[in-house]
Amino acid sequence: MTRTRKPGVSRRATLAMMGAGAVTFATPWVARAQAKTIKVGMPTILSGRVAQLGTSSRNAVVLEVEKVNAAGGLAGRQIEMVIRDSKGQPQEAARVARELVNTDGCEILIDAEASSGAFAVHEVARDLGVLCIHTNSETSSLTADPKQHIPNAFRTARQGVHDSIVGGSYAAAIAKAKGLKKWATCSPDYAYGRDTTGEYVTYLKRFAPDVEIISESWPKLFQPDYTEVVTKILQAKPQALYSCLWGGDLTSYIDQANIYALFSQMEVFAVNMADYTALTVVKNLPKGIHSGNRYIKTYPATTENAAWGDAYKAKYNEYPTNWSWENATAIMLLAEASKKANSADGKKIAEALRGLKIKSPFGADGTVTMRAEDQTLVGYAIGWGTTIPQEPYVPQVQAGDWKTIFELEAEWKKSKGYA
Amino acid sequence: MLPLDIDALTGCLASSACLVTQTTSGFIIGMLLFLVAVGLTLIFGVLKVVNFSHGAFYMFGAYFAMTAYQLTGSFALAMLCGAAGTAILGLVFERGFMSRVYGADVLMQLLVCYAFVLIFDDVVRMIWGPEFKSMGMPAAFQVAPLFIAGGVVPPYYLLLIGVALAAAAILGLGLARTRIGKVIRAAAHNPGMVSALGINTGLIYGGVFALGGMLAGLAGALAAPVRSLTPGMGFSVLIESFIVTVIGGMGSILGALIGALLIGMIRSFGSLGFPLFTEGLMYLFMVIVLVSRPTGLFGKEVA
Repeated sequence: MTRTRKPGVSRRATLAMMGAGAVTFATPWVARAQAKTIKVGMPTILSGRVAQLGTSSRNAVVLEVEKVNAAGGLAGRQIEMVIRDSKGQPQEAARVARELVNTDGCEILIDAEASSGAFAVHEVARDLGVLCIHTNSETSSLTADPKQHIPNAFRTARQGVHDSIVGGSYAAAIAKAKGLKKWATCSPDYAYGRDTTGEYVTYLKRFAPDVEIISESWPKLFQPDYTEVVTKILQAKPQALYSCLWGGDLTSYIDQANIYALFSQMEVFAVNMADYTALTVVKNLPKGIHSGNRYIKTYPATTENAAWGDAYKAKYNEYPTNWSWENATAIMLLAEASKKANSADGKKIAEALRGLKIKSPFGADGTVTMRAEDQTLVGYAIGWGTTIPQEPYVPQVQAGDWKTIFELEAEWKKSKGYA
Repeated sequence: MLPLDIDALTGCLASSACLVTQTTSGFIIGMLLFLVAVGLTLIFGVLKVVNFSHGAFYMFGAYFAMTAYQLTGSFALAMLCGAAGTAILGLVFERGFMSRVYGADVLMQLLVCYAFVLIFDDVVRMIWGPEFKSMGMPAAFQVAPLFIAGGVVPPYYLLLIGVALAAAAILGLGLARTRIGKVIRAAAHNPGMVSALGINTGLIYGGVFALGGMLAGLAGALAAPVRSLTPGMGFSVLIESFIVTVIGGMGSILGALIGALLIGMIRSFGSLGFPLFTEGLMYLFMVIVLVSRPTGLFGKEVA
């Protein structure tokens, strides 16, 4: 070695130590300031084709968090939302979720992803043990399948099987009254489209055994043109058509089917029609399309629901979406659970959440419940009605019966080997 | 459900009603595709660049038409704005950016085009917002469909097919019979010689690019009343246009027409006979053409 080291401490090292010391002494002050707020991480879709829904999720959360913070926050700690774009990609959703907890120090996750991303975030929650509320994934197995069950994950969204039971029984009643035996289906060709259509047809046939499916079409997701699908359905001459197309795909389909006068030749059941994103965009909305409620401020027909819809519109200059009420519900439940537990600790909130029933503008009877056994939301407003081309768009909604839903859901769980 | 439904297909071929409906449906899909693909093939034929951002012109055509329709309420003006707006955009894009990468290698051209795909999508998002939009069918076309030999034909689609066929005829005759057409064909063969004869090749290149953009814009404008408008809507149309040009032959206008109509018919009759394999059928056909005639069906012809 030609280099020699001076014994003792160099000037540079001294300076470094002084710097480190300064940081160390300053840290407790920073830590104290952080303890006052609680960071809540939220991966959602803010770019790409589904950006509108992700944005409406963020809007609803911000609206509710402002109220909670004005009322004192979670057990005295102000909520600070950290919202990140996952671009709708599952691997990105998982990465963002992990980073929110590990790097940003978020203590709770609001997972506002579509189903594909939700399952990825679910695994992150399983791994990290952080309290996680899924707000948008409606895929039934996320909470119904015991293999997916973890004590720290909850869901505040609708569930596909609930929708199918209510939709199937509503359609069967009309099928019997009007003698609609020949049915066609037209749904997007991916997991959601296939599963939802399959479950819907199962319950339709269960309530109306005469029904026969004579034609199936599976257009691609985001397909620009549906002409060949429209004409194929016209050739099959069904008496009724079911579709779970949604968003821009549904509005394209309606515009293209309209000029073939399809809607005057059959009864159409489109579960995703009664959402403001679709209702306000279609220029020539046909009268009499049957649809499930997504979010509509006139159903439940209560002043609370109308006021919530109007407050959202006043703040963001557009109506809320299905994803909006689901995300708002997550914050409402969090606030109540934290009050009940008198704590902002994830584990204590999770304990309080199980079986928690709260007042809600979106409840079928003015309340919604976080069911303890599978940690998913029940009791929310669910029903079907027919459209008119102007507000209130769906004037009469026929409510689904939660007693029937619970019975058939239990049966469905058994048939799937979930219970 | 079976992947094959031959009964449905033969049943349809035997009935005039079904035949008329499905054939017009194939024409509608095909003719809109033709308008996009022909611009692509024209630009390649003359400028020797593959315009990967061509889908954006289709998108802008639709948005321009929707805005013009909302402002004026005139359908004709909406179509005009869709076509003229994208022509200007094409000219600016070619003179400002594409003309700088003519000598560069394909990768460079591809990167420039891809960058503009992203930029154009974001521009649309900034101006019109990220949510999907709908232009709505003009009142004049909100009428009951026509019944021809028992088949259903919407009047709007007759207009659409008519406009696209007229565009094809004007383009074909214009290139074959007019002086400008001759100059364009000459520039495609030997731009050096054309420029030595005192003809402004830059102007011709810009003009051809504007024409290609205008045709795609016209397709977007014609599609606007029936398809939803979103940023990124040009992408799937671009993919299908590439299939069309591969089948028809890069650089051939007749090839683009035949290729587009073939794709339209495959979609419309394939959805009856091969409901689970309609997309696959399109690609399968492309592969067969590529293997048996790598230059495409009409690849030897020069635009």
